[in-house]
Amino acid sequence: METLSALLYLVASICFIMALRGLSSPETSRQGNLYGMVGMTIAILTTLALPIVQSYWMIVLGIAIGGGIGYVIAKKIEMTALPQLVAAFHSLVGLAAVFVALSAFYSPEAYGIGVPGAIAKGSLVEMALGTAIGAITFTGSLVAFAKLQGLVTGKPLVFPFQHHLNAGLGVLTILLILWLVQSNASVAMWLIVLVALALGFLLILPIGGADMPVVISMLNSYSGWAAAGIGFTLQNNLLIITGALVGSSGAILSYIMCKGMNRSIFNVILGGFGGDSGAAAAGGAGGGERGTVKAGSPEDAAYIMKNAQSVIIVPGYGMAVAQAQHALREMADLLKKEGVDVKYAIHPVAGRMPGHMNVLLAEANVPYDEVFELEDINRDFGTADVAFVIGANDVTNPAAKTDPQSPIYGMPILDVEKAKTVFFIKRGMAAGYAGVENELFFRPNTMMLFGDAKKVTEEVVKSME
Amino acid sequence: MDQTQLSNRIVELKAQLSAASQQIDALAAQAAALGHPAAAEAASHGSFFITGLTVFVLACFVGYYVVWRVTPALHSPLMAVTNAVSSVIIVGALIAAGPAGFGFSKIMGFLAVILASVNIFGGFLVTQRMLSMFKKKGK
Repeated sequence: METLSALLYLVASICFIMALRGLSSPETSRQGNLYGMVGMTIAILTTLALPIVQSYWMIVLGIAIGGGIGYVIAKKIEMTALPQLVAAFHSLVGLAAVFVALSAFYSPEAYGIGVPGAIAKGSLVEMALGTAIGAITFTGSLVAFAKLQGLVTGKPLVFPFQHHLNAGLGVLTILLILWLVQSNASVAMWLIVLVALALGFLLILPIGGADMPVVISMLNSYSGWAAAGIGFTLQNNLLIITGALVGSSGAILSYIMCKGMNRSIFNVILGGFGGDSGAAAAGGAGGGERGTVKAGSPEDAAYIMKNAQSVIIVPGYGMAVAQAQHALREMADLLKKEGVDVKYAIHPVAGRMPGHMNVLLAEANVPYDEVFELEDINRDFGTADVAFVIGANDVTNPAAKTDPQSPIYGMPILDVEKAKTVFFIKRGMAAGYAGVENELFFRPNTMMLFGDAKKVTEEVVKSME
Repeated sequence: MDQTQLSNRIVELKAQLSAASQQIDALAAQAAALGHPAAAEAASHGSFFITGLTVFVLACFVGYYVVWRVTPALHSPLMAVTNAVSSVIIVGALIAAGPAGFGFSKIMGFLAVILASVNIFGGFLVTQRMLSMFKKKGK
């Protein structure tokens, strides 16, 4: 029996690996997701068949309640609300990890790791680590959710001695774990939960809205490590393998996002970005070399684009906020009818989560083979007639290449300035998230289209028809 | 005279040798007695830790290579699916909620089953919704 269940857990692990493997291309991805579901079903059924599981009504009830909620949420959620949904889901994994660890602490005999009050020391360490990471994931994800949903300001919230406080809480957690291992005291366990909850809250609070791609990936990674920690406690290879897969996946995504901003992970975690760089931006703006801003009308834009050979569209978070992706697709369709070559260019950190723009464009029925990543399309700007920037700013700022003083210096950017004409759809002249003025706005070949991204795009479409 | 002295000396040496070998046996037995319980204790937890660690590190490498091959366009579905998959923690929750009787651990297990189920159903379905939108040109 034990051998059989171990083998079935192995099959489930392989299914999960295949699920991630499937995502290497859109064609195989749906099959990959199917593998994931099969793996999860095998894992649950195998566990239910274990001799320790004797009463089923509570389990069935729990799965029915949770499954029902999950089903309704997944069916109703708007695609623009994906980032906050993912953040909310991460918080649930974190909390579940805490609950499982607490249950293992009070009934260790069910997991074969000792009796209450005398749990093996190694198991206590693993349990405490799983709990702490789970609790940090829980409150951290809640803060991320609140920021993405707009319940809390997206601006970084910084207060004095923040980093000292966080470091202190981190040290305290380690001391509490040592105490728990020495004493087996339940007070220590509960204190670990409380301190880690506070730590998760304080860690994410100072991080600004546009850094959320990194934060979400990081929390994704944490939820994996928490599962792996619990896996060590329960001596279950399936949990360890899955936790490691998820953990490394989140870590790689965080790395890619950080690279997309040319910042270190520590820089992001320490937070406060965009707050203190305001002074530098103000200094740069007073430089006097700024020309005049040319504001255009949607009719001008429609005329120029219709007569162009190739147009590259650069979407950013502004497009997501305005829900402009459908209007944008209409515009692209009209252009294609006129024989214009239309492509989309996606910056790695555009939007609020990795791959955010790709999903929104896919939702608007943009074929994925018209959508290109930064390194695949950057050289095409030189031959493009029009770069149509909708709701993006910092990711197009040439200061990242030319001005070592700029806070975004070194960040890879889309070379929209090389296109013959650049359109910017923006609400106003406000600086981007990094607080940096974009010199592109003042160039003679740039035309600003002021207004809501969706409205402006719709007007462009109208004048094209 | 010489011969008897010599034979006496041999007998003496023999006696000493057997005494020494007895002592060695006793020491070995003592060492074995000392060593065994420690080894047995270590085997129960320590050996799983090493196995688990091996599995963990290898899985990290598998994850590393698999995730780098994921196309950037699908990074959002990747997050959603890893989120669903990490709800495999439900395995621990089921064991907690499974035993007969009623108690604190069972309630914790029940709550964890609910949370993980939200994630499993929600995560996989949302991934499916996202992936079904990715279409090629001229469908």
